[in-house]
Amino acid sequence: MPDSDPADRLLFNFSKCTPAMSQSDAPGMRQRTLRIGCGASYAGDRVEPGVDLVARGNLDYLVYETLAERTVAAAQLERLKDPEAGFNELMEARFRGVLPHCKRNGTRIVTNMGAANPRGAARRTAQLIRELGLGTTRVATVLGDDVLDYCLRHAETLRIMETGQPLSTIEGEIVSANAYLGAAPMVEALARGADIVITGRCGDCSLFLAPMMYEFGWPDDDWDTLAKGASGADMVECGANVSGAYYADPGYKDVPDLANLGYPILEVERDGAIIVTKLEGTGGVVNRAICTEQLLYEIGDPASYITPDVIVDFTDVALQETGKDRVHISGGRGRERPADLKVSIGVKEGWIGEGEITFAGLGALDRARLAEHVARERLKICGIHLDELRVDYIGLNSLHGDASLLPKEPPYEVRLRFAGRSRNRSDATRLANEVETLVSKGPGMSSLPRKYVREVLAIHSCLVPRSAVRPEVIMAEVA
Amino acid sequence: MKTFYLRELAHARAGDKGNTSNIGVIAYEPQYFPIILRHVTAERVKAHFGSIVTGPVTRHVLPNLDAINLVLEGALGGGVTRSLSLDPHGKSYSALILSMHVEVPDDIAVELMLKGRRPVARTQEEAKS
Repeated sequence: MPDSDPADRLLFNFSKCTPAMSQSDAPGMRQRTLRIGCGASYAGDRVEPGVDLVARGNLDYLVYETLAERTVAAAQLERLKDPEAGFNELMEARFRGVLPHCKRNGTRIVTNMGAANPRGAARRTAQLIRELGLGTTRVATVLGDDVLDYCLRHAETLRIMETGQPLSTIEGEIVSANAYLGAAPMVEALARGADIVITGRCGDCSLFLAPMMYEFGWPDDDWDTLAKGASGADMVECGANVSGAYYADPGYKDVPDLANLGYPILEVERDGAIIVTKLEGTGGVVNRAICTEQLLYEIGDPASYITPDVIVDFTDVALQETGKDRVHISGGRGRERPADLKVSIGVKEGWIGEGEITFAGLGALDRARLAEHVARERLKICGIHLDELRVDYIGLNSLHGDASLLPKEPPYEVRLRFAGRSRNRSDATRLANEVETLVSKGPGMSSLPRKYVREVLAIHSCLVPRSAVRPEVIMAEVA
Repeated sequence: MKTFYLRELAHARAGDKGNTSNIGVIAYEPQYFPIILRHVTAERVKAHFGSIVTGPVTRHVLPNLDAINLVLEGALGGGVTRSLSLDPHGKSYSALILSMHVEVPDDIAVELMLKGRRPVARTQEEAKS
């Protein structure tokens, strides 16, 4: 990258840094092991394990990663309704629990809970710091991921990654466009003394790479070392999915005390050696098998895992169990980061209507089939237009369709489900109503129905040049 | 040779990006990995998933980890955010892949049965008797 690239202009001078509340070595010169915990891996993740993690985990950093592909777009809609909303709804509950421990233990927080409104999140955090009487605390806000104006201005030339078509061909209303920022602005925030760093959209890995780069002074073009850090980040960015969640299969993959699941911790060394572990005295498991599942989670070509900071080659990564609930990651090579940044574009694409009703007992499947026939006929009779219609038999084939293994005997219970998408709300609602009325105007002996109507917020992706994205760090000292 | 469900030899986790599903399939033991390489091919996976997958299937091999990564394009009902499926992310596809049949050599079959794992055909015969 040329030095003139705005995304890279956030260089800082370590000698000018203000020491933060964590008791780390001089910035960039850390020799000791760095401990980074992950307190959440999606917007609605559980609150308590993060508190436990920071209370007992001897953490240098606590990271909350809460933005799935659609989360920022949904938050943008919230913000349009209420200018002070649009950040993570559980942020306050999380911070209320962890900030006193962070202050006591010298743990800094890095999070993308700012979602579509990092400034609003920072304002709310400042209020909370005062309310809790935490004393002087530096809150950094990272802005610049919102590239909606740029994308709308360049809608003729920017291409949708999935289809290759220009953005201008998108039919629905574009409500948001957010670039995945890299670690650089977060590193700058830490260098300027931030105790809490709040961002919107950024690379998930970047949230974890930023403290590593800051503490160890890793150059932002040391691709192999960054790749090692990103491999560790990839392990824990899905939170407890590396420490026992999303894994158990009784008799095959047993997880001890899953209810008391502990959240993960990375132990990072200056040379990029990393151990994945979890909070002591908790349930769950960290072993080679679950780490392998997590390493492969949501990747395409393992030789080219693209992050905003480095392209990682996982093909020579080795995982070794070095103790109970401890896995050492080695290998992992890096290549120069991509020239462009990925952008998620949120688009209002109509409405989905759904209706469900259950049949049980002898002949349940026959009655469900008759109900399907009746509802389909009524859709025709009423002239309900749907762009796509799907009918599932829950208990038989709702997740895997024709590929399902079918039982030899008819099921005792089956739940009929209709789901349809339409450009207009009215047809989606009428579909849901036609399923609802099956309870009294369809076959006999059914349960009560349920219906749902929701707006479709679809996500498309495109690439923009780094020069189009201008990250900005705002520091606030709250006393 | 005996036929087993892939579930007896491997575990799996599925992820999503847009309209593409990826499934990591990992051998429980290194000696099972060659069997997986032989039988869990891109072609067989595409056939197993049937109408769920509308695009190509690509297989990446990670010998260090006794694992393969399967990339299934056009497998998420038009994309996670607009799919009509109850499982828009295709997370349960990891369970679907484990219902594939694999042919297991006799020595490994004995090893599996000593662990209490049963071949597919044997289970059906037992059900009849």
